[in-house]
Amino acid sequence: MTTTPTSRPVTPVLEVQDVTVTFGDRPVLDHVSFDIAPGEFTGLIGSNGVGKTTLLRVILGLQKTSSGSVRVLGEPLRHRSRALGYVPQKVILDPDVPLRARDLVALGLDAHRFGLRRRSRDDKNRVEEMLDAVDARDFADARVGSLSGGEQQRVLIAHALISRPSLLLLDEPLANLDPKSVQEIVALLHRVSVQHGVAVLLSAHEMNALLPVMDRIVYVTNGKAASGTTEDVVRTDVLSELYGHHVDVLQLHGRVLVVAEPSADTDHLPSHATLHLD
Amino acid sequence: MKFLFAPGFTSSEPVHVALALGAMVAIVSALVGVFTVVRSQSFAGHALTDVAIAGGAGAGYLGVNALTGFVLGSLTGGVAMETIGVHRVRSRDVATGIVLGAATGCSALFFYLEANSGSTTGSTQRILFGSLFEVAPGTLPVVGLLGVVTVAALALIGRALLLSSVSPEMATVGGIATRSVGVIFMMTLAISVGLSSVAIGAILSTALLIGPAASALRVARTIRGAMVLACILGVVATSLGVLLAYDSYNWTSRHSPLPVSFFVVVIVVTTYALTYVPFLRRRATSGRS
Repeated sequence: MTTTPTSRPVTPVLEVQDVTVTFGDRPVLDHVSFDIAPGEFTGLIGSNGVGKTTLLRVILGLQKTSSGSVRVLGEPLRHRSRALGYVPQKVILDPDVPLRARDLVALGLDAHRFGLRRRSRDDKNRVEEMLDAVDARDFADARVGSLSGGEQQRVLIAHALISRPSLLLLDEPLANLDPKSVQEIVALLHRVSVQHGVAVLLSAHEMNALLPVMDRIVYVTNGKAASGTTEDVVRTDVLSELYGHHVDVLQLHGRVLVVAEPSADTDHLPSHATLHLD
Repeated sequence: MKFLFAPGFTSSEPVHVALALGAMVAIVSALVGVFTVVRSQSFAGHALTDVAIAGGAGAGYLGVNALTGFVLGSLTGGVAMETIGVHRVRSRDVATGIVLGAATGCSALFFYLEANSGSTTGSTQRILFGSLFEVAPGTLPVVGLLGVVTVAALALIGRALLLSSVSPEMATVGGIATRSVGVIFMMTLAISVGLSSVAIGAILSTALLIGPAASALRVARTIRGAMVLACILGVVATSLGVLLAYDSYNWTSRHSPLPVSFFVVVIVVTTYALTYVPFLRRRATSGRS
């Protein structure tokens, strides 16, 4: 963590202010605001279809907003700044393309530069360092398209990290992974976040796997968001207000369950409420 | 040796021109082809050949040189496809189909007009299927220049193209202007289709564009390796095609050579089939330790 000589607070890596997005007449995000401090590990939690991907796309500058602003390191986002790293949810990698894991990682370093160039010794070392950081050394020379989902995820993380971004954004990196891989990826992201001093913002529809590592939670539902520490946000009163219905937050063997009142209009309630009791 | 190289092969000027043109076109097509296959734009590549046919037919009717017609036609088609098709893959596909249809209609008109003007001497055959032996030597420098420009453009945007093919969004976030890069690539694709139309005919130019690249991508270990291998496969296919066509003069009692393009395509397709031999494939795709 960086310390400034004065006592002024550190500039947040990300400031989302009053962001509203509408698709047609339908508001997808409704005055969403939150900040992320340098190095913070943040979970963007919500059921499927509540606008998590849209919010990530707004932050990345891939989605226009109706109102509100996004600032990265105190400045409006410019893609050339390369301050953000991004791992999308669906990347279809073709096993018929001879792109090795190490090639995809290296593209994070110089794909934006024009012309032929020989990668320097420093560049090569950096690629190796990234492959090590995500435990991808064993399959560094395999075609990315031939790797398993968890392995591809790790290569994509290394690709995103190699340009030394201040904030790493991941869209549902834990979806479609088996429970063991989920734990591995969460542990890896936490380790990388600490070692490389990079803030992480990842979306997930289930928060329990992230509870041990999250510094901050941004809980999204109905296009509205509440942000803070898990203790501040995952509470009966806060989430009930966010949902607009009464929900109960239960603690069970160190896991959190958000449970809806049976009589309520179930359309707006968390689909994961009664799942994940394993 | 006399059996392989029929008399006069090494001293004939049309053969020299055919070999040189074939090699240049094969190299440009192979390099552009690797990116075409990686970006899954084979259909766009094929559609451009239809536009090239319209350009070639129009040039024939107007009495302009065929290469000009092919390249201008194909470039116009490429720009039209990029303009209609927005970023999504599906609309790109639709844009390609629309342009393809329009171009084929124009070809029908130009071929009709030319046939009715009574000037036709096998030009339909030449536009569709090419004739390496009848290319004027003066065409060579023009093809060479266009080829160099195309390859230089690819060298400039190669890595950006590669990352955009993995994920356009990752590329955008990484600071790449994916839209401009896509337009530039479409131009190189259009020029390469125009060039190979002169060599092996507009219809068959897809074979030279996609065939060597697809074969190389299946067995190479790296993209760079695939580019080198695709060039070699392309040059071997065109050179061997020229040789076999020249030899074929003596195969029948009619003493008329079979089309070069036929041999080139047979070699290209056979090579691709060979990449399905499991041994070659396994070597390329492993890489775990």
